Amino acid sequence: MRIGDYKESYAADEAVFVTSTSRFWLGVLFVMLAIFPFMAGEYLLYMANITGIAIVAALGLNILTGAAGQISLGHAAFVGIGAYTAAVLTNRFGLSLIVCLPLAGLVSAFFGVLVGAPSMRMKGLYLCITTLAAQVIFEFFFVHWESLTGGIRGLNIEPPTIFGLDVGSEFGFYWVTLVVVVIAATMSRNIFRTRVGRAFIAIRDRDISAELMGINLFRYKLYAFAVSSFLAGVAGCLWVNHLKSITPEHFPLHESIRYLAMIIVGGLGNILGAIYGAIFMTLIPEVLQTILKFFEGYFPQAMAYLYPLQTVVFGLLIVLFLVFEPHGLAEMWCRVKAYFRLWPFKH
Amino acid sequence: MALLEVNNLHLSFGGLQVLHDVSFSVEKGEIYAIIGPNGAGKTSILNCLGGFYHQQKGEIAFAGDDISHISPDRRAASGLARTFQNIALFRGMTVLDNIKLGSHVHLKTGLLGAAFYWGGAHREEMKLRDEIEDEIIDFLEIEHIRKQPVSTLPYGLQKRVELARALAMRPQILLMDEPVAGMNAEETEDMVRFILDIQEERDLTIIIIEHDMRMIMDISDRIMVLNFGRKIAEGSPLEVQRHPEVIRAYLGTKK
Repeated sequence: MRIGDYKESYAADEAVFVTSTSRFWLGVLFVMLAIFPFMAGEYLLYMANITGIAIVAALGLNILTGAAGQISLGHAAFVGIGAYTAAVLTNRFGLSLIVCLPLAGLVSAFFGVLVGAPSMRMKGLYLCITTLAAQVIFEFFFVHWESLTGGIRGLNIEPPTIFGLDVGSEFGFYWVTLVVVVIAATMSRNIFRTRVGRAFIAIRDRDISAELMGINLFRYKLYAFAVSSFLAGVAGCLWVNHLKSITPEHFPLHESIRYLAMIIVGGLGNILGAIYGAIFMTLIPEVLQTILKFFEGYFPQAMAYLYPLQTVVFGLLIVLFLVFEPHGLAEMWCRVKAYFRLWPFKH
Repeated sequence: MALLEVNNLHLSFGGLQVLHDVSFSVEKGEIYAIIGPNGAGKTSILNCLGGFYHQQKGEIAFAGDDISHISPDRRAASGLARTFQNIALFRGMTVLDNIKLGSHVHLKTGLLGAAFYWGGAHREEMKLRDEIEDEIIDFLEIEHIRKQPVSTLPYGLQKRVELARALAMRPQILLMDEPVAGMNAEETEDMVRFILDIQEERDLTIIIIEHDMRMIMDISDRIMVLNFGRKIAEGSPLEVQRHPEVIRAYLGTKK
């Protein structure tokens, strides 16, 4: 049981992982993440990889929408821009994955700033519609700029290598995803330890008084768009190197909405929330399917009707979350921790 | 020369004349009060000073520079800080983060520095924390709530946090819009003590709007009285109390 704070310096108080217990569990987590690929099969590794990619993208959206309060319906398009950039850079210029990751992020960030520019004049729903327009426009380009994107047939790329090591397999790519996720999460967390992150939250909570505090609203909104689409671009680069092919169908509007669902279910404006949300939204459909598969052996007839219900159950889960846990999984986790802090006492 | 000079301020929204030819000047180090009945235009003056409203005519000079046409964030950077009538704290943040936000314009960390949080960004944050703890949190006696989200605090404390945030801007002039409205006697006394301490210890100039007449008459050096957007009197608390126009505005006239 934790009974008090024994911090002796402000630096210790400002640390992210404050207690030795939390640092210990973080260590345990990393050890488990390192052992995991040696125990898991091909399918679990595949799931881990797509979850990791979703986490990077969700972290980005959570900075823009969760923290800075600018709702974006075009996040999948920015993932797409990153993916196409990476594919083109790999195929035409032979650049390696390590170089492609930041470049895909930067190209995506550039377009993010372009799309964010109207935020000088618009906010709320109106800005939301501009991002929807961006989603449609970029999708159009993916389909019709055939000389660059390969049209609806899309692009294929060779399995990626890093320093001569083949990381094209699920096992090899797991390490790439893991490192990128850790870096992305660390950077996101760091932003919120400084004035930049505080300015984002200030703009979300009360933009007028943020301006009177001396925050240049336009500049910080553009920063939020840039960071968000940078992470989306990096996620896109991972995506294309993981699947080794892309088509425009990978980045539709409902994918953008899925990212929004991730951060809402996980916890808006919360770094851990983005991570939990991405895991939840990626794994739950698979879990549901596994459960149904288990029952299929016993009731083959009923299953024909139950399979389509998957989507319904998934939707229901999200609705229940919003009703009972509007602050998301991250908040739920905080309450569990608070409970055990005092356990076995009640107050 | 006065620290703040306002000349012939005119402000209207459509056909509604909010401020009509208001001029005043505030000397360095004084507590200058603006009073008047509801709708007299008191808050509008603060909004003009802060750059949130744009006057149709008139100049505002701060420390000798004309600031009439510069943006709110740059006015804040030049030394004008503000607290609000309806609390305008950032509800999703802790007390500490709200106060840190006040120092925004004095920090330098950019986007890249923030993402990596090494060297400069880290040192800057630690220095800021030290300064805030020493100069603001201790001073305003809010150590016990520094990690709490502001939305969970009682009204009086929220007002105090707002003052803390304004102090973190290291202003030359502090604009306070009804700092004790809705407070009980004890909370009011605390707030008055802080205001007087701030003025004495930090050599700050304070412009204050308030309806609590006893408090205003006690602490102000000079008072300006507004009615329907016009300045009807200005002077020491005693002069203002005896001014016939003021008595008419507040109490009405005998028929």
